[in-house]
Amino acid sequence: MKKIEAIIKPFKLDDVKEALNEMGIKGMTLTEVKGYGRQKGHKEIYRGAEYVVDFLPKIKLELIVEDSHVDEIVECIRQAALTGKIGDGKIFILPIEEVVRVRTGETGNQAI
Amino acid sequence: MIQAGDTAFILASAGLVLLMTPGLALFYAGMVRSKNVLGTIMQSLIMISIISIEWVIIGYTMAFGPDVSGIVGDLSWFGLNGVSSAPSSDYASTIPHNVFMIYQCMFAVITPALITGAFAERMRFGPLILFSLIWTIVVYNPVCHWIWGVGGWLGNRGVLDFAGGLVVHLTSGAAALAAVLVLGPRKGFGRQSFIPHNLPMTVLGTGLLWFGWFGFNGGSALAANGIAATAFVSTHLAGMAGMAMWTLVEWLHRKKPTTLGSVSGAIAGLATVTPAAGFISPISAIIIGLLAGIICYTAVNLKNIIGLDDSLDVVGIHGIGGVVGTICLGIFASRAVNPGGSDGLLAGNASFLGTQIFGVLVVGTYAFIISWILLKIIDMLFGLRVSEENEVTGLDLSEHSETAYN
Repeated sequence: MKKIEAIIKPFKLDDVKEALNEMGIKGMTLTEVKGYGRQKGHKEIYRGAEYVVDFLPKIKLELIVEDSHVDEIVECIRQAALTGKIGDGKIFILPIEEVVRVRTGETGNQAI
Repeated sequence: MIQAGDTAFILASAGLVLLMTPGLALFYAGMVRSKNVLGTIMQSLIMISIISIEWVIIGYTMAFGPDVSGIVGDLSWFGLNGVSSAPSSDYASTIPHNVFMIYQCMFAVITPALITGAFAERMRFGPLILFSLIWTIVVYNPVCHWIWGVGGWLGNRGVLDFAGGLVVHLTSGAAALAAVLVLGPRKGFGRQSFIPHNLPMTVLGTGLLWFGWFGFNGGSALAANGIAATAFVSTHLAGMAGMAMWTLVEWLHRKKPTTLGSVSGAIAGLATVTPAAGFISPISAIIIGLLAGIICYTAVNLKNIIGLDDSLDVVGIHGIGGVVGTICLGIFASRAVNPGGSDGLLAGNASFLGTQIFGVLVVGTYAFIISWILLKIIDMLFGLRVSEENEVTGLDLSEHSETAYN
């Protein structure tokens, strides 16, 4: 099992969610996060004084998936989140040791 | 002959009407999401600047200058040439001419600001300014002349509009409908909920609007006299009746009386009585307010069924309010209340009702068509909408580089 963590632009969330739903992905966890990489932050102006805000709002999606599905899901997210401009985000793939469903006690792939 | 009392009253009324524009800005801003609050405020607030400039240079002479075939004023008062502190022979002869001019300026300012509620949360600021400026010149100024200008053709046909049911509310409502159709809905409309971010701000805006409305309607008597008092009383009664009715209907229909519902009802009542305020009895004003509450409530609910994203209900409240109020004037107008007005249907004069309906059709059609064409042209040349990414980011950051709450 793997965890896919995708950091994407907020306005692409709908597209990514729809694309994943079409693939049959039943659930995900979403967090509103802030961060920056190569994309510069934005500027705010108050009576002529400029403030640079480094951290930009992004969306972090987390999904736990079976090993065999990782490649297609990552590609699906990448295509849906793509604008081609700096700041489109990153996708991280992490190993997961175990998953337990609270309600039933099922473990492993059964619990995903 | 200048009368001190009249002059003082109209100067104070002009100040009251000015206050309605920032009031409207707060009224609208409370209903949008927190990322669009400054963008929404700016869209109303900036009108104080750009429309006042337009009014002084060309607007006043187009609306009230010497008549050209009933259609528009000529340019002899261009840049306020000849508009001095001496009274005008045509308008409000007991106050300085420039007092009448600045009072009317405040009406021109708030009218395009009203339209902005229709396309809240998605319009670019630059094209908005261009649209509002040209709209005021090609829609507001001529319609104002038709109805209020000496020699205006609708006024000559007997169409009455005490304080702007046609000139202000119907023109802005019809333009709002055109804007909704041209711009299209907000991203996520119908799937995502657009929950108002700060209703206390909307209530504060309502208070300022209601307070200012006494100047808007009361001042439209253009003198500190009995007609001003009639209009003042009508205004208050219709506002309170609209609030009561909307709240009641919503309570029955949705099982809860809401804050946003009660202020929406108040604004609906106030807008609806505007064309009639100085021509009707207090009981008629209450009936008009009650009608406004239920009709505008229905209109706003219909919008959701039709699926038009008139974001802050400019069509449902101001457009419909202007129509209902102008037609109600055709029913309830009474010479016993105001000898300078007309008798309506209930006083046995059915033809006046027909005249009022004619006025609604002409003004509504003209404002809708011209607004639609103007928006289409500006959209083709510059683009009216912000990009999808900027729409999600919000207008505050993307258009103004500011955030309201830190």
